[in-house]
Amino acid sequence: MASQALIKEFEQLLGKENVFSSEADCQSYSYDSAVLNPVVPAFVVRPTTTEQLGQCVSKLYENGIPMTVRGAGTNLSGGTIPDRSDTVVILTNGLNRILEINESDLYAVVECGVVTADFANAVAAKNLLYPPDPGSQSVSTIGGNIAENAGGLRGLKYGVTKDYLMGIEFFDATGALVKSGSRTVKCVTGYNLGGMMIQSEGTLGVISTAVLKLVPPPKASKAIMAVFDDIQKAAEAVAGIIAAHIVPCTLEFLDNNTIVRVDDFTRAGLPRDAAAILLIEVDGHPAQVEDEAVVVEKVLKENSAVTVHVARDAAEKNKLWEARRMALPVLARCKPTTVLEDATVPRSRIPAMMKAINEIAAKYRLEVGTFGHAGDGNLHPTFLCDRRDKEEFQRVEEAVDEMFDVALKLQGTLSGEHGIGTAKAKWMEKETSRGTILFSQRLRRALDPRGLLNPTKLVGI
Amino acid sequence: MNDLQSLARRLMTLDDRIVACMKCGFCQQVCPMFGATMMEADVARGKLALVSNLAHEMIRDPRAVADKLGRCLLCGSCEAACPSGVKIMEVFLAARELVYEYIGLSPVKKVIFRGLLTRPALFNLAMRMGAPAQTLIFKKSRDAQNTVCAPMLNFMLGDRHIRKMAARPLHARYGHVDEPRAAGGLKVAFYPGCMGDKMYVDMAEACLKALRHHKVAVYMPRGLACCGIPALSSGDARGMVAQMKISLELLEQGSFDYLVTPCGSCTATIREYWPMYADRLGAGMKRLADDLAAKTMDINQFLVDVLRVEAAVPSEDAVTITYHDPCHLKKALGVSAQPRAVISANPAYTLKEMREADRCCGCGGSFNLFHYDYSRKIGQRKRDNVAASGAKVVATGCPACMMQLEDVLSHNHDDIVVKHPVEIYAETLK
Repeated sequence: MASQALIKEFEQLLGKENVFSSEADCQSYSYDSAVLNPVVPAFVVRPTTTEQLGQCVSKLYENGIPMTVRGAGTNLSGGTIPDRSDTVVILTNGLNRILEINESDLYAVVECGVVTADFANAVAAKNLLYPPDPGSQSVSTIGGNIAENAGGLRGLKYGVTKDYLMGIEFFDATGALVKSGSRTVKCVTGYNLGGMMIQSEGTLGVISTAVLKLVPPPKASKAIMAVFDDIQKAAEAVAGIIAAHIVPCTLEFLDNNTIVRVDDFTRAGLPRDAAAILLIEVDGHPAQVEDEAVVVEKVLKENSAVTVHVARDAAEKNKLWEARRMALPVLARCKPTTVLEDATVPRSRIPAMMKAINEIAAKYRLEVGTFGHAGDGNLHPTFLCDRRDKEEFQRVEEAVDEMFDVALKLQGTLSGEHGIGTAKAKWMEKETSRGTILFSQRLRRALDPRGLLNPTKLVGI
Repeated sequence: MNDLQSLARRLMTLDDRIVACMKCGFCQQVCPMFGATMMEADVARGKLALVSNLAHEMIRDPRAVADKLGRCLLCGSCEAACPSGVKIMEVFLAARELVYEYIGLSPVKKVIFRGLLTRPALFNLAMRMGAPAQTLIFKKSRDAQNTVCAPMLNFMLGDRHIRKMAARPLHARYGHVDEPRAAGGLKVAFYPGCMGDKMYVDMAEACLKALRHHKVAVYMPRGLACCGIPALSSGDARGMVAQMKISLELLEQGSFDYLVTPCGSCTATIREYWPMYADRLGAGMKRLADDLAAKTMDINQFLVDVLRVEAAVPSEDAVTITYHDPCHLKKALGVSAQPRAVISANPAYTLKEMREADRCCGCGGSFNLFHYDYSRKIGQRKRDNVAASGAKVVATGCPACMMQLEDVLSHNHDDIVVKHPVEIYAETLK
């Protein structure tokens, strides 16, 4: 158990209001969004300056206490669940200052606890764009986005969080400040430690601030919806669009079960017998958008889309998007537990992956709805179940295991954007190699000799 | 079985509703309390987890859970934004009732909810006896909102700037009202709510004026009780049911087409919670509550949807006004366009939207009594948005929000007046 003396020390450092040690408070930091068992931490600290953040890390290191860093706790692979009962949670939501938005040099400097959407809105107010838009952006933090390399809907054209990280400051396990990258487009001073910290899931250091790249926003956009009676045709249409050298900003996909479930709920009159709906948005210069929309429409028709609908205005575009926006909320309402996966395959293998997902669901007598980012092969098969039914949940776990097997056979990956955490750690070696695990562990031990940073996550230290 | 196990067993009846929470954490974005404290136990996801842990006997301290449950405005913002559609308000109200049953209601709440609010005549008497003494206790805050403060009672009232209780409340001015229906005309039961009856009497009179203008006959029986939401929020369902019974019996004696109220919270309570809790009064009362709920309407909605009041073109010298969406009106009842239309029916005003118009003002009824510091902190964000809009008047469809807005605006020395939309509309009527 945590010593009262140590809690007192933290209270002196951070103020009583920023150290939570009651049973009820600790229990509320025992979980995240992953469907995993909670682990109650010893106590929780909330630094409000980056200096305090470093002091917290060094104090915990000196006392040999494991630490888990938490932003909004929206992690889907258990990365923010404490490892042990003596873990201390470092909460970053007190570090939520946007330090600079530079319109002439197109970058911004933020503290790790800034909420992604707040940042994106502040950037948009200056008529600039920060493109990464993970599904949890309304509450997720930039620090968490970096630690998980968060993706989102715009990944195909604009890339993911790693493509916007220009510089980083973080504290190593001992609490020493490390700086890498800069405010310049080019910077080759020393190792690219930002690249190392991206998707490191809190295992290599504690992120303090980041320099993020901004881009000018597109002046126009257009949304197109296409209905297919065969997933194979939809996949060929996706390949056709890319082959025509058009990179849509979003290229989303809904499967039949998702369409039926959304239509049940919204009564929007969606095509209930469709095998798939593709939702495509192109953006850029108005003339380019017009040209690209014409080509996309042509490719969709050539690939036997049953219907193609081009939104004429913002209201229609909004309506087209409604089905996609409702996908997760509707699936989540069907059953108590929602197991949201993110196995990802090369986009040409989507039909094979979809076939396998539905066969696996049938084999294990489970309901699954699949939607996701067809443009980058990042699917979200969502298993609908009730975790309290142990026998059923056992089947869900087996189905998920089998699904990973197929994804790897199709030369895909375990996780496109949700991370490994503890949920998928046992699969790491299968996708990579024994050497990869050993290398990663040696890296961890070299940087964190006492094994205190999120110790059981990714590859156990 | 010990008491704690029995509490756990009873909380387990909520389990089906609690497991629907997929722990996405999206409630963090909209929760006013989380906005003020940034603590997980203050947001719906955290509270649901704690109630679940208490039900599963993973936490041994019901008082700690009760304390966390109390740190909530019951504004329903989380439920309105919840992707998995969790019935969060139902769970919180039920959990408050069970947990308070276990640890016992505070003596003060017992006196208010069971002793006073279940006896409208006594409540009225207490308020009227108190009203003349106000001149001795309160001093004017010298503000645009016409509030008073009570430095001598700071230890009890805090630094609140509130309206004085009316010297003559609505029921004393009107007595029992039961107007005959005009030929082919409508008749409504008017339920002023406690604050419409005792504090914002001008507002309630503006409503009656508007109804008279549209030739709508009014039934307003003497002795209506509180709608019950303060008691229910404090976990005292018994007190709430007793209060509801009084009003149900009085309303049963009238014949009317709609029940209208000028208070978003009363409307939401009558529509949603009366049917839910009337079960406890037997089948007859349950049917009555169901029927009544079906014809209960916010007065703005009644003016626009039934009486077809329409927006006008603002005159050139129109005064800028902004509108705050009460949570119970917008998030519980979906009423947000109608109050704006009612305001716009007066060409002397031009409506300018503020930022975050539907973010909770921080009053939360009895939340304000027990967590005034947080209430003020949350209210300050609302005040900043009101002030930034540049409006001279802020309107809102709930007297509790009016009181909160007046308090925070007065503290900021803002020259901004608070009105109910119907007061704005009534200015155009003779």
